[in-house]
Amino acid sequence: MKFYFFHLMPYGKVSMADLDKHDTAWLTLPNELYDPVEGSKLYKRYIGELELADELGFDGICVNEHHQTAYGIMPAPNLIAASLARTTKRAKICVLGRALPLVNNPVAIAEEFAMLDNLSDGRLITGFVRGIGTEYYASASNPSLSHARHYEAIDLILRAWTEPGPFRFTGRHFEFDYVNIWPRPVQKPHPPVWIPSQGSTETVDWCAHPSRKYTYLQTFSPLATAKKGFDRYREVARSHGYEATPDQLGWALPMYVAETDAQAHDEAREHAERFFNKFLHYPLEARLPPGYTSVAGTKALIESKFKLRQSYQTFEALLEMGMIVVGSPKTVRETILARQKDLGFGHLISMLQIATQPAEQTERSLRLFATQVIPYLKG
Amino acid sequence: MRDLEIDVKGQMLKVKEDGNGPPLLFLHGAGGSNWSPMLKALAEKHRVIAPEHPGFGRSKTPDWMMSVGDLAFFYLDAMEVMGLDKVHLAGHSLGGWTAAEIAIRNTSRLKTVTLLAPAGCRSDAVPFGDIFLWDAVTTTRNQFYDQKLAEERIKLLPQADLDIVLQNKATVARLAWSPRLHNPQLSYWLHRIDKPTQIIWGRDDKIVPFDCHKAFVEKIKGVKLVALPQSGHSLHTERPKETADAMIGFCKEHQ
Repeated sequence: MKFYFFHLMPYGKVSMADLDKHDTAWLTLPNELYDPVEGSKLYKRYIGELELADELGFDGICVNEHHQTAYGIMPAPNLIAASLARTTKRAKICVLGRALPLVNNPVAIAEEFAMLDNLSDGRLITGFVRGIGTEYYASASNPSLSHARHYEAIDLILRAWTEPGPFRFTGRHFEFDYVNIWPRPVQKPHPPVWIPSQGSTETVDWCAHPSRKYTYLQTFSPLATAKKGFDRYREVARSHGYEATPDQLGWALPMYVAETDAQAHDEAREHAERFFNKFLHYPLEARLPPGYTSVAGTKALIESKFKLRQSYQTFEALLEMGMIVVGSPKTVRETILARQKDLGFGHLISMLQIATQPAEQTERSLRLFATQVIPYLKG
Repeated sequence: MRDLEIDVKGQMLKVKEDGNGPPLLFLHGAGGSNWSPMLKALAEKHRVIAPEHPGFGRSKTPDWMMSVGDLAFFYLDAMEVMGLDKVHLAGHSLGGWTAAEIAIRNTSRLKTVTLLAPAGCRSDAVPFGDIFLWDAVTTTRNQFYDQKLAEERIKLLPQADLDIVLQNKATVARLAWSPRLHNPQLSYWLHRIDKPTQIIWGRDDKIVPFDCHKAFVEKIKGVKLVALPQSGHSLHTERPKETADAMIGFCKEHQ
């Protein structure tokens, strides 16, 4: 099993009263609430935490992209990744991921990722996502074309990385007479592609296809949903005549480690509850702009996950559902081991900084995880 | 009332038809097709032909339909297939925009054009209502000036068929997400509308603001503007009689 530290870079200085007043941390939360002095400090602190994870022996450090939100102040994750490429020497640098349908020039993404792969001497892991619902409002990208633009952009990027240029690309949504990127990526045939998702069967099936075998990353999901996603991946692989390896499956979730279970629970409770109930809260219409998912898919989401999100999720419920792992080193490693046996994933992506969690707790948790969890589970 | 399914050069089109008299083709707005009190009143004097746009109701959004301009070409085909000639063309909101896009392309089959609170031209002063981000209750409130009427409608929301609501919204997004609810090129070609044209608008429209009428009035020669006081966006429900009377009168005048 491989271990990663995933930082969402939340703007933790926002007050919960403000999040409540505006009913969301996304899109319409006034940016007057962002204090650049505090924000500058947070960036440095968060980058330091990612660098520490590299020093502590994590296999990878991860960033991602979100727009116009206190949930994460990383609209341009490749900027952070570029900084990390220079200050770290060992860990994989994972951008999980870039939101492709939101941009009009996917070739620019192929170029940026190729630059990062050069800057990091081939340590880049790339991720492709569609962006979340509110980001279609924020970018004016048409949600009803999201799937089509996403798959076409990925096709274009993969070709830009692997096919000798210049070549011509004639898609429905993107058209380029000259695709000829400088630089080309270092890794052959191209940097690994990971696909973070909350479990849409369409995404799972697409990742598992033998022409791709992309690593499927299950994020923010109850245990039962994660199991369903991973089982489906393996089934689809078998239906194509091959066995999926654990390397094709990753599980991403908030985690926290302290000396004892009681201390860990005490320290993580409010941050975990804030994360799921405040930072991840948005109205239905913002979450699911029209056409972003199929009619059937939207209906299913309205019925299941959204209901879950709309009701307050207590710390205990989150633990119970397997949405978070919190405890002493012993509890955490036993839980991971049991989940790994059950789910069969090969990558564990730990979000060891949760919402408003302060620096001291985050660093302590990172160190405990690195020294008292990872070594027991390595190999 | 007649329910028809018409094959328009490979695209199935559902049409409701009622009444006798000069043909009036009515194009519905973003909310989808319904036989409104206004259509009922119109059918007393006209043969009212009310299609449901492709991509609405239980039909899938067709691949060919990427813009309101595409929908306009489709209706030019549909009029040809249905043998409609000397037809009074009318449309509300998204349908009003579509009617304008039809009329800038070809008016040879048209007798008159009536645009009810048409989308299609932006006002820089007053933004469109955010029909995508608003929840159903807010959207309903903002459709009407008369909030008692809105409350009655809100009570009916739980009965809505979610499949149809979601399908309609997805198609509206396809056509009007960006540029939002308008075509920046439309105003350059409105001068091509060479048939008698009437615009009816609620002064208190919170979806397609009244201020948007300026582009139409400025560019369409001889256009008649009917501005209804104390009226919201859903004219066909809130002001069925006034709207139908204005349409019937205008059609009669130019028959």
